[in-house]
Amino acid sequence: MTPTADIAPYGTVAGPNDFYVIDDGKDHGPHETGTILGFWLYLMSDCLIFGILFAVHAVLGQNYAAGPAPADLFDLGDILIATFALLFSSITYGFAMIAMHEGNQRLMTIWLLVTAVFGMIFLGMTLAEFSHLIHIGATPMASAFLSSFFILVGTHALHVMAGTIWLFVLLVQMQTHGLTAENKRRMMCLSLFWHFLDLIWIAVFSFVYLTGVVL
Amino acid sequence: MAEPGELYPTAGALVADPIFGKLTWGVFSFLHDPIVMVTFIGTVILGAVVFGLLIYYRLLGYLWTEWFTSVDHKKIGIMYMVLATIMLIRGFSDALLMRGHQALASAGLVGYLPPHHYDQIFTAHGVIMIFFVAMPFITGFMNYVMPLQIGARDVAFPFLNNFSFWLTMSGTVLIMASLFVGEFAATGWLAYPPLSDLTYSPGVGMDYYLWSLNIAGIGTTLSGINLIVTIVKMRAPGMSWMKMPIFTWTTLCTNVLIVATFPVLTATLALLTADRYLGTAFFNTELGGSPMMYVNLIWIWGHPEVYILILPLFGIFSEIVPTFSNKRLFGYTSMVYATCVITILSYIVWLHHFFTMGAGASVNSFFGITTMIISIPTGAKIFNWLFTMYKGRIRFEVPMLWVIAFMLTFTIGGMTGVLLAIPPADYVLHNSLFLVAHFHNVIIGGVMFGIFAGITFYFPKAFGFKLDPFWGKVSVYSWFFGFIFAFAPLYILGLMGVTRRLSQFEDTAYAGYFITAAFGALLILLGIVAFIIQVAVSIRNREALRDTTGDPWGGRTLEWATTSPPPYYNFAFQPRVYERDALSHMKRIGVVTPTEGYSPIHMPRSTASGIIISGFMTVMGFALIWHIWWMAALGFFGALLYGIGHTFNYNRDYYVPADEVAAIERGTPYPGAAE
Repeated sequence: MTPTADIAPYGTVAGPNDFYVIDDGKDHGPHETGTILGFWLYLMSDCLIFGILFAVHAVLGQNYAAGPAPADLFDLGDILIATFALLFSSITYGFAMIAMHEGNQRLMTIWLLVTAVFGMIFLGMTLAEFSHLIHIGATPMASAFLSSFFILVGTHALHVMAGTIWLFVLLVQMQTHGLTAENKRRMMCLSLFWHFLDLIWIAVFSFVYLTGVVL
Repeated sequence: MAEPGELYPTAGALVADPIFGKLTWGVFSFLHDPIVMVTFIGTVILGAVVFGLLIYYRLLGYLWTEWFTSVDHKKIGIMYMVLATIMLIRGFSDALLMRGHQALASAGLVGYLPPHHYDQIFTAHGVIMIFFVAMPFITGFMNYVMPLQIGARDVAFPFLNNFSFWLTMSGTVLIMASLFVGEFAATGWLAYPPLSDLTYSPGVGMDYYLWSLNIAGIGTTLSGINLIVTIVKMRAPGMSWMKMPIFTWTTLCTNVLIVATFPVLTATLALLTADRYLGTAFFNTELGGSPMMYVNLIWIWGHPEVYILILPLFGIFSEIVPTFSNKRLFGYTSMVYATCVITILSYIVWLHHFFTMGAGASVNSFFGITTMIISIPTGAKIFNWLFTMYKGRIRFEVPMLWVIAFMLTFTIGGMTGVLLAIPPADYVLHNSLFLVAHFHNVIIGGVMFGIFAGITFYFPKAFGFKLDPFWGKVSVYSWFFGFIFAFAPLYILGLMGVTRRLSQFEDTAYAGYFITAAFGALLILLGIVAFIIQVAVSIRNREALRDTTGDPWGGRTLEWATTSPPPYYNFAFQPRVYERDALSHMKRIGVVTPTEGYSPIHMPRSTASGIIISGFMTVMGFALIWHIWWMAALGFFGALLYGIGHTFNYNRDYYVPADEVAAIERGTPYPGAAE
């Protein structure tokens, strides 16, 4: 329903009977016409939260308080594997979307499960990294750099976890209700969310890990 | 000087009890303080009376099904307004306490508020007035009026709207709980570290602040997303951007600001929460953190916030002035551009809140100049309203009186703002009562007067009868003169160098000014009482004040094209729009609303999910404040699982049968209409 869809052409004079939409056979229901726009707006607001966390990291990222620096802490090899796990999960989500558009629910389910596995590999690696850092004494409490590192990467990991939970919930809903319009819309929203997290991770990898170790 | 342990009865147990956390009998602050004791007893009696009446008249079920679980934007809007009115009384009580205390203390007496309690009161006053009075009032207006103005039947996400309201309520419940259980923050309304760090604020007051604002802030962000999508996607056919009413424009810009700034607040408060709960070092200089970063971040949210508060009321003034001047708005296009320019500029002025930080002359000059520039579009708006009134047939009814009171006071506040925008002047005046007078001047003169103008203007639309004009006028004049008596002395005191947030005075030379200010506060009290009397008298005389037309003021926009109060589906037939001021156009052409040919209307179902999830989140917030970890987990997983459960409900809407629409439009009851 675009607002200008059924406006009278410019110059036509509206008569007294032209001011109300009388049963034109269209559904003027107010619901869900803007879900995708709304979800984009949500993503942008979430992006702003990450923006603040990146800004904080830019300000505090080199304040080591006589503690360890990125070069002492990060194993870029492991991080690269985690990065690829997340990047592949975006590709496999894309395959799930293609399967959905083709109406192949079985294939879609398989690709979603593969996506979830990649997501959980990523989560597991983040968790392992965190526990390793805390184990060697590089805790969030040790310096402002580590505080901002843990909160930024941790917030991203929490988002991936929320996305993974959502993915399983959606799988159950797909099994119960099938490929309905509503479920397809939810798939689309989760797709946006998942790719968004991928994008954030690319920024985390570049600005937190690579820049931190190389510079 | 009191011992720290005495000041912070809730500081002690950092190692919390596994079952009760930091809760002990000692935290019930009303047991120690006579002022809080009296308040507590009064609150309990009032609460018991209200609850008793609800049970006696069997209204609890009605409230639950018709209001609390309703997804109707109009009912949610009214609930926001009721919440804000109650919190206005709370916030104003704080103001009266402070004015009374300062009047006594400046005259050489001890006063009745110990410093630590005074600090909590000015913090609570600021937080409540901004977050739980001004914000719910404007959200209420935007919720109620905007969908009607664009000819829509509800907002884009009706459940989310209900959920947002209950999240705001959750924040309110937490902040009100702090009055009796424990204490509130004593840090000032923006809680700068290091004062708000665990070292200097070890009590639960700061935690009340953090969880209350974070939960309410999420609600505000969701509501912002909702209303933007509503405006973008659901306007009546023909209503292109430049045909939208100005209030809809300002609602759009406000919600863009909300979505683009409240996440900053959420992130900033989350960092402070991490510092307090996890021991991180964001604002701890010893470990490389930066307290000034907090000040920057909080004002990156905080400055747009003041425009979030004022823009919707600029919209309401833009509806009231043309209506009561019997003219179309002067300079519609410039009004739209001014609104958009303010929206953008409000992002690049934040540093003027702390020129004295020492950012250097260049940075201060940049922010000083942008601050002066932002006053230009605001000034343009004032001239637009003045030119709208020029040669108009002005009717001086109560909403118009509020607008004139606004113009007279707000302009002064704007000019003192420009004065403060000059960095050298700010070095002298910052942190003084001059600043306090300035922002009260724009917030009372702009926001509060706008809210009262809007309430008087839209009350007949919402309830079907006008508000009593006599008591309305008493309220206008009391507020107007009360404002002048309360804040003119503060301007003078500020110029003389008196700093803000003082509870004790060595010098008694300023007593006259503080007593005058206290007199002003009493006049404002009269204004609030007159407003309450106005509502009560109007309910009693509602038959005489009844609006049967749906258009009591000679309105110009679509919200007046439906009945007062509107049916729950707003419009039986969706309006079409050809010009600005769509209703004026209809009246000119002589359009008659059709009375037959109704079709079924698609509507959302009520749901209890919003109130239940928010209830879990309130439990979670309270438990986190008191370090009751098991209860926090319960609240969190309760909210999460109930939320997931909610997504399994696919049966969310229904069709109102055409017969029912016809029956409602003809004013005949329809059997089984209680869907």
